[in-house]
Amino acid sequence: MRIFVCVKRVPMTGGRIVLTADEQAIDTKHLGFTISPHEECAVEEAVRLVEAHGGESVVLTLGPAEAEEQLRDCMATGADRAILLQTGGEEWDAQATAGAIVDAIRGEEPFDLILFGNESADAGGYQVGIRVACALGLPVVTGLKGIAVEGGQARCEREAGDGRDVYEVPLPAVLTVLEGLNLPRYPSVPGRLRAKSKPLAILEPARPEPRLEKLRLVVPEGQGKQAEVLGEGVAAAPRVVEVLQSLGAA
Amino acid sequence: MSILVFVEPNDELSLQALAFARTLGDVRAVSVEGPYAPAAWAAAIVGAAEGSEAIVAAGSDRGNELLAHVAARLDQPFAANVTRIEGDVVTRIRWGGSLLEEARLHGSPRILTVAPHVHAAEEAGAPVELLAPDAADSSPRVIDHVPPAGGGVSLRDAKVVVSGGRGVGSSEGFGIIEELAGLLGGAVGCSRVVTSAGWRPHTDQVGQTGTKISPDLYIACGISGATQHIAGCKGAKKILAINDDPEAPIMASADYAVIGDLHEIVPAISAELRKARG
Repeated sequence: MRIFVCVKRVPMTGGRIVLTADEQAIDTKHLGFTISPHEECAVEEAVRLVEAHGGESVVLTLGPAEAEEQLRDCMATGADRAILLQTGGEEWDAQATAGAIVDAIRGEEPFDLILFGNESADAGGYQVGIRVACALGLPVVTGLKGIAVEGGQARCEREAGDGRDVYEVPLPAVLTVLEGLNLPRYPSVPGRLRAKSKPLAILEPARPEPRLEKLRLVVPEGQGKQAEVLGEGVAAAPRVVEVLQSLGAA
Repeated sequence: MSILVFVEPNDELSLQALAFARTLGDVRAVSVEGPYAPAAWAAAIVGAAEGSEAIVAAGSDRGNELLAHVAARLDQPFAANVTRIEGDVVTRIRWGGSLLEEARLHGSPRILTVAPHVHAAEEAGAPVELLAPDAADSSPRVIDHVPPAGGGVSLRDAKVVVSGGRGVGSSEGFGIIEELAGLLGGAVGCSRVVTSAGWRPHTDQVGQTGTKISPDLYIACGISGATQHIAGCKGAKKILAINDDPEAPIMASADYAVIGDLHEIVPAISAELRKARG
């Protein structure tokens, strides 16, 4: 099998979001970076499918030069090679991102699957995977919590109402997944060492004009809550029960 | 402005989206018949949208998926989870609600989904037209439905959720969380740290990439309050934080707090509840 996994470098925001003075981005001076949680599961799924069926997994990202860090992390957990679609650090909208991914993947046929997270942790646009599928003329199923590949087909499960809806798609296909699909492995030390010398190709796509043009970011007003401290340690338990009773919870 | 609104039957979020769209202009509500088939349904919506200046749906799983397909077919931009729109400028949700973005839609029709719970629902009022997808369309569709694994209070529906984070320390540590949840007739939740460590299944996870809940009461034990976790529980009517750090970020979102070791405090609350019940 050949499986592409598309990931996005995002900051680890912690307990508070602080913006840069120009309101264009999160201030990441003191923040580390990772990939979106859904995408960790996509990478894990690709690695497992290649372990089971043979072939290769290719992790791909559109991002700044620093995004190599995320690609090496993915290769440390088992992805075989990586492609960096390198930007100057500016944000690309979903249509531009999908277009660049399509151009990069078009030359890499045949392939069986392109996996995405259902939505990125930061922009949450819910559309890049679908746009890539439509441009390549591939079937796409989104929001998956279960994938089983057999005989050129993928049986896919997605939570809906009570229980799960089931889809069957012929490969090649695009699938977008949700965290909970699997439990991703931690990279091992030998894995990290091997990742340093796995192949990483760098392309520089041309950036089109944005169609969903970010004007500025705004931190929403908090609810202005001030937690009422009911007490310290076990001595607070009676007061807690009073509060629970007043809320009708106890 | 003429607006095409995709709605699903008996769906609160669809009614919210319909009410939102009505503030913008004349609304035409449509549904699609048959088993859910996103690409085929999107083609039907595109067919019905000729002459519409905007296409709107709820920011639900299906709403976001359908309008992404619609936007891809029309090669137009799509803004998901919009909280307001003025002209061609939308305000939309990022980071599960912890951040907002103002953005300009360069395209026509304006394609957007409405963020859940930012606009009150109204009754449908006008009739909903039923569209039929192309029978020859062979794109993916739902072929079966698997019922949920049984048992217990569903996290999404529970009125009380007792939740544990890194501070619980282990899978076994959740025994006291389960005990308190049981006494309150509630569900057990957890943070992402807990599921990444394998202490609880992902179905217990509350947060931006887990389940978003709005219980009457959320008790957060040993949870620091990362923005992605708050994104999942800020819908709670009341939040009680139990934490040994009085400066933990969760305190800015909590109504009540108890400071100290949850391994002592949680069992003490359970014991006090039993005492009160006699």
